[in-house]
Amino acid sequence: MTQTTDTPMVELKGVKKRFGDLEVLKGIDLRVDRGKIISIIGPSGSGKSTLLRSINNLEVIDEGQILLDGVQVNRPDLKGMAFERHINHIRQNMGMVFQHFNLFPHMSTLDNVTLAPRKLKGMETKSARELGMELLERVGLADKAQAYPSSLSGGQKQRVAIARALAMRPKVMLFDEATSALDPELVEEVNQVMKGLAEEHMTMLIVTHEMGFARDVSDWAMFMDGGVVVEANTPDHLFSHPDQERTQHFLRKHLGTQT
Amino acid sequence: MIDITPLLVKAAWVTVDISARALFFGFFIAAALVVMRTARLPPPRWLARAYISVVRGTPYFVQLLLVFYGGPAIGLRLDPFTCGVVVGAFNIGAYMSEAMRGAIESVESGQNEASRSLGFGRLATLRYIILPQAAGLMIRSIGVLAIILVKNSSLVSIISVVELTYQAQRLIGSTYKPLEVFTLSALMYIVIIYAVMGMVEFLYRRATRYTFL
Repeated sequence: MTQTTDTPMVELKGVKKRFGDLEVLKGIDLRVDRGKIISIIGPSGSGKSTLLRSINNLEVIDEGQILLDGVQVNRPDLKGMAFERHINHIRQNMGMVFQHFNLFPHMSTLDNVTLAPRKLKGMETKSARELGMELLERVGLADKAQAYPSSLSGGQKQRVAIARALAMRPKVMLFDEATSALDPELVEEVNQVMKGLAEEHMTMLIVTHEMGFARDVSDWAMFMDGGVVVEANTPDHLFSHPDQERTQHFLRKHLGTQT
Repeated sequence: MIDITPLLVKAAWVTVDISARALFFGFFIAAALVVMRTARLPPPRWLARAYISVVRGTPYFVQLLLVFYGGPAIGLRLDPFTCGVVVGAFNIGAYMSEAMRGAIESVESGQNEASRSLGFGRLATLRYIILPQAAGLMIRSIGVLAIILVKNSSLVSIISVVELTYQAQRLIGSTYKPLEVFTLSALMYIVIIYAVMGMVEFLYRRATRYTFL
């Protein structure tokens, strides 16, 4: 299913999504090449989280097309179990990190990381354990392998959640406000892990309120408001000289409240 | 003067037996009702809801009489003990299904999303993520229902199952000591119910171990 290097890793064509009468995505087009990092910023209710959740079908879109590495994610032609099988397979190739971590509280940290490769890929306990330890090492939490989520800090939980998503060796990582629920002093440790992934050329889509981080790490930045992409550009351009008035207004307000 | 204790202990065992069997079968009835209530097609959902409404809307005593005395008219002939188990199971199953459904629904939606986003299907998510967490949440409510079941079992004396209450009544006929006999039988109920509570706490702690680490 892997395509040539020209095939975008993620592509959205005319994506529309309604909640009842409210149209939250009004025709979004987006192209993410492999190894690139896209940040999506915008006010609450702009549709940026819905956009991200649509990519792995946690939100079902009403119109348009979503492709992962050339394979269509949304498949209105498939019904019931056929779609289930299709989407479960697609999701194994996408890692998602949530604002509220959503670690499995009834499992140790190591089990959180190894559950999916063991059950979905049939990996043996021993190799799953090695993989799990390697990933926990990478997020700096190898010493917490046997700990349960309830004993971890928010930053540690989010780092485990990242390790859990990486365990399926995804082609792309989706971050939905990964640091928004964290105490300010814990944000940096999660950002460091994400920067590490960026250096390894992981394809990433990052919905964030951290303007400084978005600017540092991304190849491309998008400002969304009212269900449309108002402006998209290189981070330097978007953050320093935004073309659109709405972007300027948002950044002024947001950067103003941060200082 | 006859020694009443051994006779009451033997009858208390019948109380435990009938309640344990009703609880066991009630568990599966409850699980089936939960599955029906989450079915995609409406008819199983309606059926389950109607059934639960009927059970909740009528006294256990009436259900027992209806099945035992009314059953034969439609070819349903059960011996008293079996009738006690069956009615007890179908009665407690309805309540238990509500406890199970409540527990499953109170597992955070983020758990489902996290599991699905890893690529787990609906059933695998239920098995590995939702049910292990719901178990801890439902054990105590099921425990309360088990206690009600034990107490309700005294009603099967009306269809002449020789359990604790029926035996007590018989012994009063021969000893003329209602205070002593009923006090002793009440104490035995307390022992049974405390044993159930102890087991429930044990299971609860096992199922929720992780939250205390």
